[in-house]
Formats: sequence, C-alpha cells, structure tokens
Amino acid sequence: MMDSQTSLRLSRRLFLTSAAIFLTTSASVVHGRTIQQEMPWAPGAADPPAQVRPGPWAFFTSDEAATIEAIVDRLIPPDDHGPGGKDAGCAVFIDRQLAGPYGRSEGLYTRPPFMPGSSTQGYQNPASPAGRYRNGLKALADQVGQSRSGKAFHELTAAEQDKILSALEDGSVKLKDVDAKAFFAMVLQDTQQGFFADPIYGGNRDMAGWKLVGFPGARYDYRDWVERHNESYPLPPVSIMGRADWLSKG
Amino acid sequence: MARKLPSKNVVVIGLGWTGSILSYHLAKAGLDVVAIERGPWRDTATDFPPAYAQDELRYAIRLDLFLRPAQETLTFRNRADQTALPIRNFAGFLPGNGVGGAGIHWNGQTWRFLSTDFRLRSHLTERYGASMLPGDMTIQDWPVSYDELEPYYDRFEKLCGTSGKAGNLKGVKQDGGNPFEGWRSSEYPTPPLKQGLGATLFAEAARKLGHSPFPQPASNLSEAYTNPLGIRMGQCSYCGFCERFGCGNYSKASPQTCVLPALMRLPNFTAQTESEVLRINLDSTGKRATGVTYVDTSGEEWEQPADIVLLCAFALFNVQLMLISGIGKPYDPDSGQGVLGRNYAYQTTSSVSVILKDKVLNPFIATGAHGMMIDDYNGDNFDHSNLGFVGGGYMGAGQTNGRPIQTRPVPKGTPKWGAAWKKATAETYQHAYSLSTHGSSYSYRDCWLDLDPTYKDRLGRPLMRMTFDFHDNELKMSAYLTERLAEIAKAMNPTEMQAHPRKGPYDSTIYQTTHNTGGTVMGDDPQTSVLNRYCQSWDVHNLFIPGGASVFPQNHGYNPTNTVGALAFWTADAITQLYLKNPGPLV
Repeated sequence: MMDSQTSLRLSRRLFLTSAAIFLTTSASVVHGRTIQQEMPWAPGAADPPAQVRPGPWAFFTSDEAATIEAIVDRLIPPDDHGPGGKDAGCAVFIDRQLAGPYGRSEGLYTRPPFMPGSSTQGYQNPASPAGRYRNGLKALADQVGQSRSGKAFHELTAAEQDKILSALEDGSVKLKDVDAKAFFAMVLQDTQQGFFADPIYGGNRDMAGWKLVGFPGARYDYRDWVERHNESYPLPPVSIMGRADWLSKG
Repeated sequence: MARKLPSKNVVVIGLGWTGSILSYHLAKAGLDVVAIERGPWRDTATDFPPAYAQDELRYAIRLDLFLRPAQETLTFRNRADQTALPIRNFAGFLPGNGVGGAGIHWNGQTWRFLSTDFRLRSHLTERYGASMLPGDMTIQDWPVSYDELEPYYDRFEKLCGTSGKAGNLKGVKQDGGNPFEGWRSSEYPTPPLKQGLGATLFAEAARKLGHSPFPQPASNLSEAYTNPLGIRMGQCSYCGFCERFGCGNYSKASPQTCVLPALMRLPNFTAQTESEVLRINLDSTGKRATGVTYVDTSGEEWEQPADIVLLCAFALFNVQLMLISGIGKPYDPDSGQGVLGRNYAYQTTSSVSVILKDKVLNPFIATGAHGMMIDDYNGDNFDHSNLGFVGGGYMGAGQTNGRPIQTRPVPKGTPKWGAAWKKATAETYQHAYSLSTHGSSYSYRDCWLDLDPTYKDRLGRPLMRMTFDFHDNELKMSAYLTERLAEIAKAMNPTEMQAHPRKGPYDSTIYQTTHNTGGTVMGDDPQTSVLNRYCQSWDVHNLFIPGGASVFPQNHGYNPTNTVGALAFWTADAITQLYLKNPGPLV
C-alpha cells in the first residue's frame, strides 16, 4: 500500500531520473503539472535521503565484500590519524551505492552507438558501475588466485595488497577483459566519496572522514565565525542525521 | 497529432532567470502568459530545505538538481576532424533542470561586463590595429552599449539584492570598490559580505603589489533585504553550499527567492511544468511563430498557440531548439556563412593553490561569491601591446567551499591513497586555499554548435553537437594571468604553491564553469547574428531570446548571470514599450 506522499515522491523521482516513461493514454488533460495562482507546496512532500542501515550486503557477494573491505582499508589505512576505510563503512557505502541508481547508471545517456573516443570526450562504454565492479572484482580474484597460489586478495599481507593496488593504479598488471587502471580509479573515487560523504549513506561512520580534516559537516551557519581569523572552529561535526550524543539515552 | 490548446498572448519556453523575469513583466503588463518548463517545480522547502540541503554526495556528486543526460545531452568533440561522442554524464559543465534553472545552483557571482567589452572588436582594432587579432577570431561588437544596459544591470542587482561595494558611482571613483568597473547609477543594494582569512591575506598581498582588491559582488546577501517585487530574502550564513546546491536560507538570489512568489500570484500567469517543448511552430510564410508544440509526461503532444514566443531555456538548448525548429540559417564553418550555432564560446579559468602552514583558514566557512578580487588584468584594463594576446579576466581569492569530497588539497607529490595520503590530507585541509582567474573566451571560426548526425535524444530529436577547443590566444592569456596571480600568491608567503594555468585541449570531463555562451548571437548585422539588439529574431519577429547567454557574441572575463539578467529586463522593456505598440521587426 502506497501512501499519497510516497506516490508523489516516486512519481517525482521517476520523472527526474528516467525523464518520462511514456504510457499510451487517451486522457483529455495535460499530463505534466499546471500551476496557477499559488506557490504549490504540500506538507511532508520533501524528499530527504534514506538512511543506510547496517545489515546484509545489498550488492556484493560475501567474497566480493571481503575483497572490497580489504581494498578500502589499504586505500585509507587505519592509523594514528583515525579509523581506516573498513571501519569507516566505505565498503557499505559502495555496496549501497551500487545497489542504487548510481550502480545502474540511472539518468545517464546510455544510447548506442558506443565508440571509443579521446579522453576529453569522457566515458564511452555501456557497462554500468555495478557491472564494472562485478567484472573487475572477478578479474582481480582470478588474477590474484593465479599469481598467489590460490589465495584470495583479503588473505594477503598488507604489503602484498599494496603492491597489487599500486600495479592496478599504474596499469602494470593486466586484468582479463577489464581496464585495470580505470577500475582502480573508480574504486578509489568511490572509497574516498564514502569516507567524506554524509554518514547517512553508510560511510564516514562516526564522521571519521570529517574529523580527520576538521570539516564541521552540516552545520549550515557560520556567521559568527567568518571574521574570527586564524581560530580553529570549536564545534564538533554534525551529520544530516544529527550526532550520536543528541539522541535520547533512554 | 498534437491537440490544440486555447491561445495565449505569450508562451515562454523555460522558467529560469530570463523566463521568470519576462513572465513577470509581461503578465504585469496585462498579457496572458504561460511558461512551459521541462523539469519539475522546485521550491526551497521541498527540494533543498536546511534539514538536508548540505548534502555533498547528493547535490554535488550525484547532481540531483541538474539535467539528467537521459533527458537531454549533447555530443562533443574538440575538432571538426573528430567524431563527436555523447556526453553521457555531465561533468565539464552542468546544465540545470526544473523551475529556477541555473538560477538555483549558481554561485551568486554578479559581475557587469566592462564598457569596452561591449565594443570589443572596434575597441581592440582602434587601440592595437586589426593585425592584433588572429585571423580566425570572430569576435564582434555587441549591439547594445554599456551605457544603454547600465539601468538594466541596476534593476537585476536590485532584484537580487546583490552585496558589494561600488567602485564608480556616476563616474566618481569610490574607495574600496572596483576601480575598473563601468559607472554605476547607484551603490549595491546591500553591503559587501564579510571576508575570511584567505581572502584577507590575498587582499593585503595584492595591495602591497600595487593592485586594487575589492569584495566580489555577491548575490548571496550580507543582510536581509526586500526586493522591488516585495519579496523578502534572508542573510547568508556562510554555510559553503552554494554552487551545485539550492540555498535553504532564502539568501542566495534565484527565481525562487526573487521572482516566483510575486509571479505566481498573477492570475494571468500559468506555469506548465514537466512538459518539454519539442519545437517552435511557424506559419506558412516562415516569418511568424504560431506557438510551440510540447510533450507532457504521458507522451501526448500539445500545441500551445501564442502571439509571442520567448525562448528562455539554458544557452545550449536555445540553440538546439532553434536548429530543430529550422529558424535562422545554420552556421557552416567551412564557408563561414550562416549564423545559428556560430560563435560558441566558454570561459578560460585557471588557479593557483597555496598552503599556509601557520594559518588556520576554515575553508568551509564560505559562500559561492564572497572573496576579494582584482580586476587589473581583465578585458583591456591593461596594455596588451607586447603580450601577444587579447582578453583577460578577474582574479583573486574566492574559494567557494571546503566540502571534503571535492575540496581536499594535498602538497605536490603526495600519493593518491594510503597512509601518506591520509596524513597529508589531515595536515593540509585547514591550511590550504585556492586562488583563481576567470578569463575571457573569445569566439572563433572553428568553435560552433550544430545538430549531431548520429545521436538522438529520448524524443527522437538529434542531439546538439559541440565543437570546441581552446585557442592559443586564450592559453597565452591564461598563462599570463596565472603568472600575475602567482606573484600575488608568492607575496602571501606560502609554505608551498602550485600554479595551474589552463592547458589545452578542452576536456569535457573536468568541471570548469557552466558559462556556455553564443550560438544565437545578438548583433547589428543579420549576416553575423541571429537576433537584433532587442534580442528579437531577425527572421521571425514575434520570437525573442531574451538574454540567455546564447546571445553573447563572445564571452568576457566575468560570470555571465548579471548580463543575462540585465538583457532580460532590457528585452522586457523592448517588448512592452516598443513591440506591443507596433508588432513587427524592431530594427
């Protein structure tokens, strides 16, 4: 059962993301929205982001997840500066993003023909991020399995993992049917996005990324601090969801 | 077969800045106006309330408020000998979508062009001789002068409540303002924004080197303000979420905060959203527009007849709709003949990043348009005699944010990941600042827009094709400006600095600006322009393109929005004061 609010939200999303899905109709009114003599506004019609909840992987298989968790923890290693990518939830972030519109290339121009172009023309390949992760992780697992006598990536030492990641980064290792360099760049970008995005999306847990650099997050009002030059802003970061210590202890 | 709707006096295509300004003025003048917008209705409380407006992933990375390429995109190539390929995900520039258009997601930087910019070719030829200009440079004079446009700049700034400090009031120089700006009939509506440490240090260094820094004019308001339409705006909170974001504080000027509350009250105005105009219709003579045909969300087509058609889409899509509608002669770069799609231009930006180890800069305390700038190297404010290029830009310290997905500077040579990256990121964030130049992009014979022969949009129409690359003149200009900026940066005594002059080729995957200009240029000669000085089509007298940046003959060293807004008011006056009295060609 869909309440009217959800339905409004969905229709809005649908239009925004997939432009318009055309239905055959013989209606005599314009389908669109005709607005006259009002500022249309409905209570509760806002469209806040859905909070990522802990739970089973939404996209990754358990093997894939083990590899990604190992990778994000090398890209952002845990150390004296704070938690690493794994504890900060970067793998969870990527998992939920791949299970959502980003993973499906939703809203992008995906019509053929696909032709190789110059780098200034951007990505020209039908594969979506979800497909690229699936293929990339499979090719990586195969490559590691062959070269490391059957071991999985997450079973290697940190130094061995770093060596493989460096080789992917500079393209010196080849993956079957996968552009290793581009795959690495995508994983790195998504990992860092997860580390610094609002915690509502599953990464940046306990605002670890924001604490690392000193970004106060979603505070939205610094009027008193603009002219306090050379002073560190004193308040801790806050997320769209608020802060853990704002929640009732009951 | 499209079904016919009752006729209106005016149909407006696109409800952004120009569409809302024109709609308001023409509806106020008593005309029955309908505005057709392909995106959704948007308002602050629903689309970007302060509860979650500050979401970098959603708005800046996933581009929530922008046009989806699945809905419309274009193809791109650097040179005519390449095959243009579709921009599958917007990156280099970001067209808006929905009511408010680019007026929602802009930064608020509100500049006027220089008086010499409006007679660019004449001025440069008079001062330096025609041989100074490259043979394939197709810059031309504007058909309006700065003096003519000044009252309209004034009106747009008052609509927005722009914060700043005048440098030239009716010809009298003012301390603390931009000494190079054209005369202003009045002071800015609100005082300048407060400045953070980075901008303050830049200004001190610039002054030391003999330049004249001034606060950047900002339509992110320093104080609460009521505009001439009676709409109240709030004070900017320096939250650092302007560009790519809607403002949750009602303090950044936009159609939402400056026009729509007054416009929507008018009984003779209708907004028709989520409806996309397919084409402008002409009568059998081809000299008169009869209205538009649009498609609604169910896929059904509707014909909206109207006496006047106003094309108010984003610059690039103004050109596409004109090409698809077959109005005006498409430009042919081989012969140089034709006008539609001619003189596409952009912006030539660059930056200098500094690290000031002993300073705490709080980069997240920011607005889209605060900062201190100098205009000493813009337009022809400096002698180009021995420089080997023309053009210039403003430059200075106006870092717009410290949002950490995108703004995460590290010292040169830092690895891209791992422990060393993490350490450098942690140690640099609070102490780094980015200075920038905002340079001109003059027009050239081989930079143009036309229809793509291969790729189609979801409605089966050809995508528009962009052929564009930076030319030597612009790259030399950028190198020169970046060197001057680096001199000032050096005087800030940085621990480290890196200069990044613009290099070719133009890369559509790296965000630079969304200042896409030209293609339906305004001018004095129908052989080299699509529109006359009143933004009226030379071919179809009841069709106007009222000031979208597609009317710019070339792009100058400033952000376009103030000139776009001024031309919207200029065209509104031309229609109400001249055209309605005597419908026909105004020139």
